[in-house]
Amino acid sequence: MNRKGNSVFGFPGLALLVLFTVVTSCSSDEKQTVANFKELVMQDEFDTDGAPNSAIWGYDLGTGADGWGNNELQFYTNRTENVKVENGYLLITAKKESYSGSSYTSARLTTKGLFEQAYGRFEARIRLPYGQGIWPAFWLLGANIDEVGWPKCGEIDIMEYRGQEPTKVLGTVHGPGYFGATSISKSYSLVNDRFDTDFHIFGIEWGPEYINYYVDDVLYNQITPASVNGEWVFDHPFYIIINLAVGGNFVGAPNSGTVFPQTMLVDYVRVYKNN
Amino acid sequence: METNGKSEHMYTLILENKKYTKMKNRKFIYLKNSFILGLLFLATISCEREISDEAAFATLPSTGEIFVDGFTGGLDYFPFEGSYFGAFTVDKETKYNGSAAMRFDVPNVGDPSGAYAGAIFRTVTGHDLSGYDALTFWAKGTQAGTINEIGFGQDFGENEFLVTTDLQLTTNWRKYVIPIPDAYKLTAERGLFWYAEGPENGKGYTFWIDDLKFEKLGNIAQPRPTIFNGDNVVLNTFTGVMVPITGLGQTFNLGSGIDKKVVPAPGYFKFKSSDTSVATVSENGFISILSEGTAVITASIGGVAATGSITVKVSGNFQLAPIPTRAPSDVTSIYSDSYTNVPVDFFNGYWEPYQTTQSAEFVIGGNRMLNYTNFNFVGNQFANPTVDASQKSNMHVNMYIPNSVPANMDFLITVVDFGADKAQGGGDDTREQIFFDKAKWVPNTWITLEFPITLANKNNIGQIIYENINFSSLDNFYLDNIYFYRQ
Repeated sequence: MNRKGNSVFGFPGLALLVLFTVVTSCSSDEKQTVANFKELVMQDEFDTDGAPNSAIWGYDLGTGADGWGNNELQFYTNRTENVKVENGYLLITAKKESYSGSSYTSARLTTKGLFEQAYGRFEARIRLPYGQGIWPAFWLLGANIDEVGWPKCGEIDIMEYRGQEPTKVLGTVHGPGYFGATSISKSYSLVNDRFDTDFHIFGIEWGPEYINYYVDDVLYNQITPASVNGEWVFDHPFYIIINLAVGGNFVGAPNSGTVFPQTMLVDYVRVYKNN
Repeated sequence: METNGKSEHMYTLILENKKYTKMKNRKFIYLKNSFILGLLFLATISCEREISDEAAFATLPSTGEIFVDGFTGGLDYFPFEGSYFGAFTVDKETKYNGSAAMRFDVPNVGDPSGAYAGAIFRTVTGHDLSGYDALTFWAKGTQAGTINEIGFGQDFGENEFLVTTDLQLTTNWRKYVIPIPDAYKLTAERGLFWYAEGPENGKGYTFWIDDLKFEKLGNIAQPRPTIFNGDNVVLNTFTGVMVPITGLGQTFNLGSGIDKKVVPAPGYFKFKSSDTSVATVSENGFISILSEGTAVITASIGGVAATGSITVKVSGNFQLAPIPTRAPSDVTSIYSDSYTNVPVDFFNGYWEPYQTTQSAEFVIGGNRMLNYTNFNFVGNQFANPTVDASQKSNMHVNMYIPNSVPANMDFLITVVDFGADKAQGGGDDTREQIFFDKAKWVPNTWITLEFPITLANKNNIGQIIYENINFSSLDNFYLDNIYFYRQ
């Protein structure tokens, strides 16, 4: 092939091109192992139409204090318009409407008091919405938050995304001494693709002294006690939150180009044991 | 020397003596004197580049590259009529990447060599672009500016898959993305690139484009097509009328998170009529009104429903204006299908700030008439040249008011002679005002208004103005057969 190419084209660029092809094909042969934990302990495949399974999911309602601490603009409800299971998916929909003094409504689901676990593999398969000011997240909070407060309880953001950056997600941890602007965070971007056109798997594998972050089959970050400027607070049970915020410090407000409603589709949430 | 041969094939200033279809008053010009220059130019590029070998690579009809460090083969350059033909050159000094970039010199206002820069770049054979999702390039200008029109799909043929957008240039190199409305349509596209740009604030400037190519970016999403700019339009109309579908758009969210709107040709859309016995839509976006009834026209691109629609309410046949019988030798016509008309500057000057009148040319079975809507006043101007009506005693116009004549109808026609300076203003304009008895009008009927021209000087008539006076609420009417005549 090389020989034929040279005789036909006599072109120095061709050799480079061939070389490049070889290099890329080598690296694509290496298959990353992103998940080792195989023992499923909790799963919701969202196969039953209607309200989400109340044995797994509860709600955070209203606006919280100062827009859930972030100046978010939405009012969270558990109405069907904002949250429902349909055709095998959990749908969380952000709407633009006047509601109890807010300009937007949406939903925030939590497993607090229903499912809490230390360590393991937490993953969800999600198709994200898009647009300026749209802020979906799949994350964990320390179940001891009511005793020790935030950030001492710890927070593991498995996936956060700004609707105005449709090719990029972030994985972050917050704890005492490293929260907000000083949190430990890394982004992962798709090349020639984006997160609002198809489903992607967002997950962590979390053990004592490490949290591995992955998207689909790509392991893109590992956070360890050495990564954080403070106490490692990730050795106790955490619960899951899935929400779709509108506006807030992280994304800024929606603008006239933001299309509403916006829906986040969750195909499944699965949690595996740490073994 | 193989290189030379290839380059000539690759990039030729093609000479054709065909006349091409007009696009926004631009047309292809036969480049009589450019041939020698063109060849010289070719020779210069081909000597200095090795890249032409790469062009041999790109003989696949699905190649997406247009200009990287040179053209990728079989590409013709056609400047628009009235543009500065020398606007485009290949620049080896200023470039984003590699050895050369495309350079465009926009002329100053008043430049005798051309009023603007603009051209199409067309391939000899069609390219299969269906595997791409955008035209991309790097660009910068000597100053920030807005390129008025830029895109692809203009081939001086049917322009079936024309795409037009604008873009904001900066003085730094930036990458630009022009999304393809529906790539499945582009299986044999010849119009790979086109642009038109005029001076900014009266001043010419230069911009560069490099690495111009079709790409599969994979991160262009959320298509939102529109017709009628997303509005739901209602139109009361008549059998035989052709109505164009306007306000076409396709907006995508780019990988950068920024929305980009392009204007696609009707060819990208699939149109649907709710009742094809009442109205049908052609592939080029014209609605044919066939019979009495109501039909809703909607559209989609690539299966995505467009926002916006038009509901046509058809109330049977429209009566045409009476056909004039006066001998052409007795008539100087401003607007009529029965006579040769004088050159007209406009049928609606959109005079700011008070004019609200919208206008459209209304065609039934090939018979054209003017339709004014949201009327308060409107002018017809024909000052290049002015009309010498010194041998014409009268003026004629046919007028049709649909539905009903308003109770407070009060209508004034003013004929303006521009005087010896043959231009509006200058202190020598004279006017004749003609008022009409309201009883003259009957709804849904063409009436004929004829009146003598009593102006002392009528050898430089330049305007006819129609207006509502005394709070008259006439909103919608048609005009036809506007002419001066000898009795």
